[in-house]
Amino acid sequence: MKNSKIFWLLSLVLVLSAFLAACGGGDDTDTGTEAPEETEGTEETGDLDSEQVLNLMETAEIPTMDISLAEDAVAFNIFNNVNEGLFRLDQENIAEPAIAEGEPEVSEDGLTYTFTLRDSNWSDGTPVTANDFVYSWQRSIDPATGSPYGAYMMAGSIVNATEIAAGDMEPTELGVTAVDEKTLEVQLERPVPYFMSLMAFPTFYPQNEAFVTEKGDAYASNSENLIFNGPFTLNDWDGTGLTWSMQKNPEYWDAETVQLETINVDVVKEPATAVNLYNSGEKDRAGLSGEFAMQYANDENLVTELEPTVFYFKLNQERNGEENALSNVNIRQAIAKGFNKQDLVDVVLANGSLPANYLVPTEFTFDENNTDFRDVNGDLVEFNAEEAAEHWATGLEELGVEEVTLEILGGDTETAKNMDAYLKEQLETNLEGLTINLKAVPFGVRLELDEAQDYDIQTAGWGPDYQDPMTFIDLFVTGSAQNKMSYSNEEYDALVESAKGELTSDPAARWEAMAQAEKILLEDDAAIAPIYQRGLMSLQQPYVNGIVTHPFGGDYSYKWAYISGKE
Amino acid sequence: MAKYIGKRLIYMVITLALIATFTFFLMKILPGSPVASADKLSPEQRAVVEARYGLNEPLPVQYFNYMFGLVQGDLGISINQFKGAEVTDVILSRMGPSAQIGFQGMVLGTVLGILLGMIAALRQNTWVDYTSTFVAIVGISIPSFVFASLLQYWFGLKWELFPVALWKDGFMSSVLPSIALAMFPLATAARFIRTEMIEVLGSDYITLAKAKGASGSEIAFKHAFRNALIPLVTVLGPMAVSILTGSLVVEQIFAIPGIGEQFVKSIMVNDFSIIMGTTIFFSVFLIVIILLVDILYGVIDPRIRLSGGKS
Repeated sequence: MKNSKIFWLLSLVLVLSAFLAACGGGDDTDTGTEAPEETEGTEETGDLDSEQVLNLMETAEIPTMDISLAEDAVAFNIFNNVNEGLFRLDQENIAEPAIAEGEPEVSEDGLTYTFTLRDSNWSDGTPVTANDFVYSWQRSIDPATGSPYGAYMMAGSIVNATEIAAGDMEPTELGVTAVDEKTLEVQLERPVPYFMSLMAFPTFYPQNEAFVTEKGDAYASNSENLIFNGPFTLNDWDGTGLTWSMQKNPEYWDAETVQLETINVDVVKEPATAVNLYNSGEKDRAGLSGEFAMQYANDENLVTELEPTVFYFKLNQERNGEENALSNVNIRQAIAKGFNKQDLVDVVLANGSLPANYLVPTEFTFDENNTDFRDVNGDLVEFNAEEAAEHWATGLEELGVEEVTLEILGGDTETAKNMDAYLKEQLETNLEGLTINLKAVPFGVRLELDEAQDYDIQTAGWGPDYQDPMTFIDLFVTGSAQNKMSYSNEEYDALVESAKGELTSDPAARWEAMAQAEKILLEDDAAIAPIYQRGLMSLQQPYVNGIVTHPFGGDYSYKWAYISGKE
Repeated sequence: MAKYIGKRLIYMVITLALIATFTFFLMKILPGSPVASADKLSPEQRAVVEARYGLNEPLPVQYFNYMFGLVQGDLGISINQFKGAEVTDVILSRMGPSAQIGFQGMVLGTVLGILLGMIAALRQNTWVDYTSTFVAIVGISIPSFVFASLLQYWFGLKWELFPVALWKDGFMSSVLPSIALAMFPLATAARFIRTEMIEVLGSDYITLAKAKGASGSEIAFKHAFRNALIPLVTVLGPMAVSILTGSLVVEQIFAIPGIGEQFVKSIMVNDFSIIMGTTIFFSVFLIVIILLVDILYGVIDPRIRLSGGKS
């Protein structure tokens, strides 16, 4: 995991961008499950309104719509709705074939994937071909393009990606070939168990070579210079403005599923304005941040969605090269069990977050039978004041001390400060003889202190890079960049290693290994102490249905959304 | 006069060159990189991206390249906020809404402010005066975001008189933001005019005018008002520049596609070409307005001679 610092940064970007993208989507728990069947089975109109228009807000402009150059939540969300890759995350967040016609053929060794493409068209009526994928991937890995996600997503997975990104090989040598117009062959360097969900990530979408070449520098500079193969087309975007719209794409292969005719989007950066626009009826959905979440906590139109982002205490066992109290496992377990998470999410955070007794988030990854990883591994470290006090007493005895002073290093946002103050109070109350000092610093400073391993306890968070438990599980292997806390357990390391290596051909055993690794990390070793999984609250007009939220790639799908009951 | 203006124009070019130079080098010592997500790029990729924007050249070369482009009216290309977009396009497309609400707010604020100030001065120490002073104090002390939010909530959401936000209904969309922007110039103008008028009204020549039998309105407008305007013109000039070039807060609250935010955001994300573009845009505006103000002095008050009294 040589890139783990990068992973860390990306994740924080994801965490932050998730917040930025708070204004444009829906809840997947109570919507979208029945509607499409209904509308397919009955008359087209059914209980649908005649006007299928959705009015949404974003919190930031589109920096670029070039698939190879984009890296932000706003653009990724649009890509997910105006373009499409080989696979797409469905309403249950399972990767389902999209431009690919059915599952690919996978070789014995799991290294060669052969996709057959369905008949589908670009918005100008020309067919989507295997070459569009080859061209797009080569363009993104070519160092001359300067794609932020190209090498990041492909290196180490697709044959020769690492060498091409380093400039040692030609982009044409990338392990992806168009066997014929409708057959795409991908060569992997190692088996990637989550490869299908990767294919739903915008970096792996096709780009139309003829179109990109013809437009030259103007490509993707505004909605006129874009071409689409997804459920919608992007319109009225002038390249720098605060407004755009999406229209149903008649050329989309599954156009009959798409009900919405138009989605109007405006950038509104002020949370209060967003709420006012929602209340005036002009907008159908508004993200709620900070004080608004509390104010609207009991609103009947409140929708809560869970993000795949988990926050936890990192327990540093060796500050500045010297062992401290946290090197004692009983002390760590006492802290991990010593604070009430339910009260924290209900009262202090009050934004739809869940108490986390785990590292791999809930509603994020699913096995072959679509069982949530969380259902497999359950709750691992719950709040228990009595057990915490017992561990604490044992720990103090083993250390031969009566009092311990520790520092909590945290963020300097209002939310972070409130949370840390609450946790200090909880821990000091439940663990006698513990004194906590709080240290709130800006994000950049926290990264520096983490790098220097100059802290006792740190509140940190992590969002996924791909849809697999591994994006969380391998964070704390010995010597990884996330593990700036001197944690090391051979058994845990070995389980992670085998889940990445020999077990990739045996999904069930791999899943089991990852579950085991999580147990060791949290239960046996209490290397970190999970705090909460972040939720996101929005107001959504009751006539909006079927917006699907995704944990990875674009945040929302409007493909299955529809308006019913507004008129 | 022409000679004076010519000379001023030369100074303006020199000032602008100095501002551009200072900004350029100050900007280069900002922490951080303009290459977005530089952390995700390999060193090779990063070099390619930097070369694309000329960031790989030595600093003096970058500086001369930039100044050379500037002379030709080329402000460069946005590096990370609007990847590949011309800075000139970004500024031009966003200047319109900012200038419109700024101009309306400025005119409304100044006219009302002057009226308020005059009435207050002419009815000194009556309830009219106290009310006017109160309005002025409120206008100065209430932050524009509070005022803008109140306008939005009551006039937009509750009474539905104007759009809540967004730039979609032409003039109607510009009313509330203009009023929000008008508060500061209104309060400032009212304060200045009142003070100056009271002073002028107490001076000898006003007493003389009264003695000669001039009417009240003649005294107020012809003799007192013109003299009271001079200090106001001095503060209104620069204030007009900052209001016309966009207000981050008011534009954000009313979701207006203006340029205000760019002054701040470009610095936060190290978008060098936008930082330079907005700074130069603002400076040109300011320098021109200062020249206009100086010329206006001569018009308002003949005692001020621009060309040193020789003409």
